[in-house]
Amino acid sequence: MAVLVDKNTKLICQGITGKVGTFHSNGAVNYGTQFVGGVTPGKGGQTWTAGNGKLFPVWNTVAEAVKQGGATASMIFVPPPGAADAICEAIDAGVELIVAITEGVPARDMYLVKKKLAGSKSRLVGPNCPGVITPGECKIGIMPGYIHKRGTTGIVSRSGTLTYEAVFQSTGAGLGQSTCIGIGGDPIKGTDFIDALTLFQNDDETKYIIMIGEIGGDSEEKACEFIKKHVTKPVVGFIAGSRAPKGKRMGHAGAIVSGNTGTAEAKFAAMKDAGVFIAESPATLGETLLKAAGKR
Amino acid sequence: MKIHEYQGKQLFKQYGVPVLRGIAVTTADQAEAAAKELGSAIVVVKSQIHAGGRGKGTVYADEAMTQKVMDGGVKLAKSPEQAKEFAGKLLGNYLKTIQTGDGCKQVQTLYIEDGCAIAKELYLSILLDRAAAAPVLIVSSEGGMDIEEVAHHSPEKILKTHFDPHAGLGDWQARDFGFQIGLTPAQVGNFVKTAKALAKCFLETDADMLEVNPLVVTKDDQVLALDSKMSFDDNAMFRHPDIAAMLDPNEEDPSELEAKKYDMAFVKLGGNIGCMVNGAGLAMATMDAIALYGEKHGAFPANFLDVGGGATAEKVTIAFKIILKDPSVEAILVNIFGGIMKCDTIANGVLTAVKEVGLDRPLVVRLEGTNVELGKKLINESGLKVIAANDLRDGCAKAAEAAIEYRKSKAAKA
Repeated sequence: MAVLVDKNTKLICQGITGKVGTFHSNGAVNYGTQFVGGVTPGKGGQTWTAGNGKLFPVWNTVAEAVKQGGATASMIFVPPPGAADAICEAIDAGVELIVAITEGVPARDMYLVKKKLAGSKSRLVGPNCPGVITPGECKIGIMPGYIHKRGTTGIVSRSGTLTYEAVFQSTGAGLGQSTCIGIGGDPIKGTDFIDALTLFQNDDETKYIIMIGEIGGDSEEKACEFIKKHVTKPVVGFIAGSRAPKGKRMGHAGAIVSGNTGTAEAKFAAMKDAGVFIAESPATLGETLLKAAGKR
Repeated sequence: MKIHEYQGKQLFKQYGVPVLRGIAVTTADQAEAAAKELGSAIVVVKSQIHAGGRGKGTVYADEAMTQKVMDGGVKLAKSPEQAKEFAGKLLGNYLKTIQTGDGCKQVQTLYIEDGCAIAKELYLSILLDRAAAAPVLIVSSEGGMDIEEVAHHSPEKILKTHFDPHAGLGDWQARDFGFQIGLTPAQVGNFVKTAKALAKCFLETDADMLEVNPLVVTKDDQVLALDSKMSFDDNAMFRHPDIAAMLDPNEEDPSELEAKKYDMAFVKLGGNIGCMVNGAGLAMATMDAIALYGEKHGAFPANFLDVGGGATAEKVTIAFKIILKDPSVEAILVNIFGGIMKCDTIANGVLTAVKEVGLDRPLVVRLEGTNVELGKKLINESGLKVIAANDLRDGCAKAAEAAIEYRKSKAAKA
């Protein structure tokens, strides 16, 4: 079954004619995602040629892409000044899944996005995230498709490259992935851990969950409270940033320990309390997964 | 991005937040002239550094903090001559406060400000609440104190409320807090005006933190910002060139600024193993792993460095140069997950960079991902002194051992 995306997902790219948008739209097409076209305001009516020579329509608005292309999902590569606007456009057009890859969206712009999301039928993943993939069916984002293998581990993470480590090791462990959700490194975001955990808990194909957090905020702590009450599947966890100094932003806009909140120590403690199988470093994600699965 | 008190007060003024008259100066003579210009019986000489607790700090003549000059980085001067004297003792010297950690900060600017008759000291701050996706106003009657202490000992004295980021802070919200902290009706009226102006300032400047400690009620019921501490959302600085220009390079680590120029994130950590990684999460996890696996060898990360997705030869070269500037680095660990960019491409990039930089310290490279065997082979056969690691654990151990070897060979040469 997997979650969020599958072979029926009809994907468009907002910002398709830009360099990065073109590159990763090609990645989606080559992976076999059901790609239907793209949106670049002012370039409607043109065609976009994929690396394999296939032609796709470009629309001026997302509403047209939904109406004419039947789009159900959008991946956004619009640069930061216009990214929140692009998300709002996709919400208004009724796109079910919006994946915002853009890094550097101002937090204030996300206030409006969150307000619009509430009560809409759209779900947002990101911004500042690697995307969502269901191996063998649908790839939306910037992750390398070929490290994935279809299987039984649901992965949710705030970090891109750490997700790849988890994917690589769960593939190596022979368990593979059902769906991987990169929720992104920004302080205000669409989908959070609890949303992803809910999806995985309710998905028959997902047997195990890997959850990778990092310093900053308290969404890991809240997720652990949720795990205690509602998650029956084994969860493997890791938190990045144990040695980060206070008050310093560690690459991601959301990765900062302010005062005594957002420390790795508190998050690891919450995981321990919730019965999460903790990996001491990303090097041991695979072996910890096998342990959680009762295979070692 | 953080700014100084005097810069924050410039912004406050633009938004109609009442502040006292003040002049920023960089020499003792200017301090004297500023005090004369203000013409008040008492002026306050305030050190401008990016850390709180200045009043209770200690001033030293040297960065090593061996020669104490005096107590307090904020001084009351009763004459222009005295303002000049204090300025002479502060400027160029080093101020240690409860917020500067183990170190201290050099005082290069002073703010000469009017004194005022204080009736009451309050606390006010506005922060971004991530989970609620809304700004939150925090007010306390216990001004002038460390707010974390207040939160710990008397949490009931801290009032919090979210407000609508589009409509701004409501009059009723500020009024309610004003009465709750025991202000008189006349004071509440002024408190509402000041709090609303601060909320507007927070929202419109894309701040992520605004703190006024203390916010004072004067004997004539005015409510004004006696202090100002602000930091901003780096992601929004593209629409605030005026605020971006307030950046004080003296307050920033030069390596952090250099890395930022090339779209990389760098944070100095003080250990002996330099590290270079792609992706912020993996970079954090790598520094954690160096401390975890290298501890028994006395290893600790020297830095956090995220080279971003690309990890091209050009970026790796710049990253090496930044890491090598730190004399306490005794070995370097490169940890790259090759996804879209394959491991052999990355290995070639690293080798090219090593040749260009002329690396003088041992280098351990851990690659994982696509074409990893090819990447390792390239490294092993390069003829350069680069150590290939099997996994992250192995990489950390090898880097720690290489650091010990390097230290020994350096001692033997000396």
